[in-house]
Amino acid sequence: MNWLVTATLIAPLVAAAAGLGLADHARLRDTFTIAGLGTATAGSFGILIEVIRNGSVAVRLGDWAPELGIVLVADQFAAMVLPVALSIILVVELFAIGQRRTAWGANPELAGPLLGVLTSGVSLAILTGDLFTLFVAFELILVSSYVLLTHQGQRAQVRSGMTYVVMNLFASTLFLLGVAFVYSATGTVNLALLAERIPELSQGARLGIGAWFFVVFGTKAAMFPLFSWLPDSYPTAPTTITAVFAGLLTKIGIYAMIRFHTLTGMDDLGPVVLIVAGITMVVGALGALAQNDVKRILSFHVVSQIGYMLMGLGLFSAAGTAGAILFLIHHMPVKTVLFLVGGLIENHQGTSALDRSGGLAVRRPILAALFAIPALSLAGLPPFSGFTAKFAVIAAGIEANSAAVVTVALVAGALTLLSMAKIWIGVFWGDAAEGVSAKSTTRANRRLMYGATGIAVAGTLAISTLAGPIFELAQEAADNLRNHQAYVDVVQR
Amino acid sequence: MSLALVLAVGALTGVGIFLITARSLSRIILGFSLLGHAAVLGLVAAGGSAGEAPLANIASVDAMSNPLPQALALTAIVISFGLALFLLALARRQQLLTGDDLVEDDLEDKRIGSPQPASASSAPGMEPTS
Repeated sequence: MNWLVTATLIAPLVAAAAGLGLADHARLRDTFTIAGLGTATAGSFGILIEVIRNGSVAVRLGDWAPELGIVLVADQFAAMVLPVALSIILVVELFAIGQRRTAWGANPELAGPLLGVLTSGVSLAILTGDLFTLFVAFELILVSSYVLLTHQGQRAQVRSGMTYVVMNLFASTLFLLGVAFVYSATGTVNLALLAERIPELSQGARLGIGAWFFVVFGTKAAMFPLFSWLPDSYPTAPTTITAVFAGLLTKIGIYAMIRFHTLTGMDDLGPVVLIVAGITMVVGALGALAQNDVKRILSFHVVSQIGYMLMGLGLFSAAGTAGAILFLIHHMPVKTVLFLVGGLIENHQGTSALDRSGGLAVRRPILAALFAIPALSLAGLPPFSGFTAKFAVIAAGIEANSAAVVTVALVAGALTLLSMAKIWIGVFWGDAAEGVSAKSTTRANRRLMYGATGIAVAGTLAISTLAGPIFELAQEAADNLRNHQAYVDVVQR
Repeated sequence: MSLALVLAVGALTGVGIFLITARSLSRIILGFSLLGHAAVLGLVAAGGSAGEAPLANIASVDAMSNPLPQALALTAIVISFGLALFLLALARRQQLLTGDDLVEDDLEDKRIGSPQPASASSAPGMEPTS
């Protein structure tokens, strides 16, 4: 099984290298990219099956001891998140191939290979068993995202890209300093060893490390008050790029936070996390209501939804962590689909500004359906996956007697529904706006774009249908994270 | 030795943060270089007191300095070097587009923040520049 774990890291990188070398051969390049991403995705499902059957897997790269070398660990949490994350990138790449002939598509010579690098970084961030490799994985993701965001070199992209790069680079520097603190306090950066050694530190050192990494991962995850770079930069990138960023990047921050803070038992930070979670939900949802552009509304909702995952984490109970994991699994595909639909809207009428759109429900009923399903899911209406995920988080909140944050979560849910309705009224109802110019796309391109979006919507429906088994697995993953002994045993074996 | 390193980390961080709050991109980039140095020095300081070069069969194990933080520091240096180059390229692009290297304001934010939204209301951020 070890080769499967390393394959998810290496296949996308090989494909990226081949893709950059084949810049002039569009078809061959796309084939390589899809093959690389497809191999990684298939591998991740293989890992999931293996972990469900036989429990967690640990791979020591170069056979070094965990104190010295790099360990890749596929526990239940990693095995659940990895297939969702990689499938999203694969679907978006399909969409990007369809979109590439339009002026609004990303530059395919760069976007495909760079998505490969990003995929490898995502796999590494999810699978890694030590803090420093996590830093390297974040850098791998961020460097490719910097280039993906700014490679068209338009003025708005360079302006907001600068904010994005500066914020994330600052967080990375803090991350590195945090690694230095952790190493001098414990003498290791391996997560399994940290899970044993951090709880033995003095109260002050323990909470200092916890708070430090809360800020570091919180900046990547765009929590309040560190989110301002996100709604600014995401909408300026090409749709496919934004879809990947919105679906994955902030979620990797939350993933790292859930893993680090539950493994090392930072339960004392709970109240702080809950307060930040509540503010993040409301500020994101209110910010979304003020916007006039589909992509900007959706970007603010990325922030708002981060609050729910923080809430699940901040409860520091098994039910809360399981809820946060389920929310993570639900949120990644839903957010990606919504941005892909935003791209299709832009494709049909040349803009995604609400006051210049209208009437798409009549002219493009399939598009309306593709929007409605994930939008209702995002707002948390039954029977979609958003309902199950929100229910799990809120039930955990009620169980922990956190009435305040539960109330805030419900209010923010209503606000989310309101701004989804705003998009619906602006884009799909009413008369077609004047001067609407569709992008020139061929039927084959549109078929690929709609196909990719349809697959992603089907994916979100599959998560709704399988919510029961997924939640059971999430509970198992949460138990293993909170009671870190299982994780330690796998790494030490 | 360690105290000097820690003081240097503090000084570099202070100057670095002062520089990245500036509005000029070249200062921001310099600030990041200094912050990167601070983090790398921090890693080295975390390795404990310095000893002989950690090479097998040359130094005795007890006298060696800790090689692991040095390996981490080397990786971090490479990454921050690459990122500094990318930031420079971005600043150069900004200079070509706008004629200066100052951080710009977010136009869409300003438009929504103003009491009377302008009627010619596309998202200015979305317009491709020629």
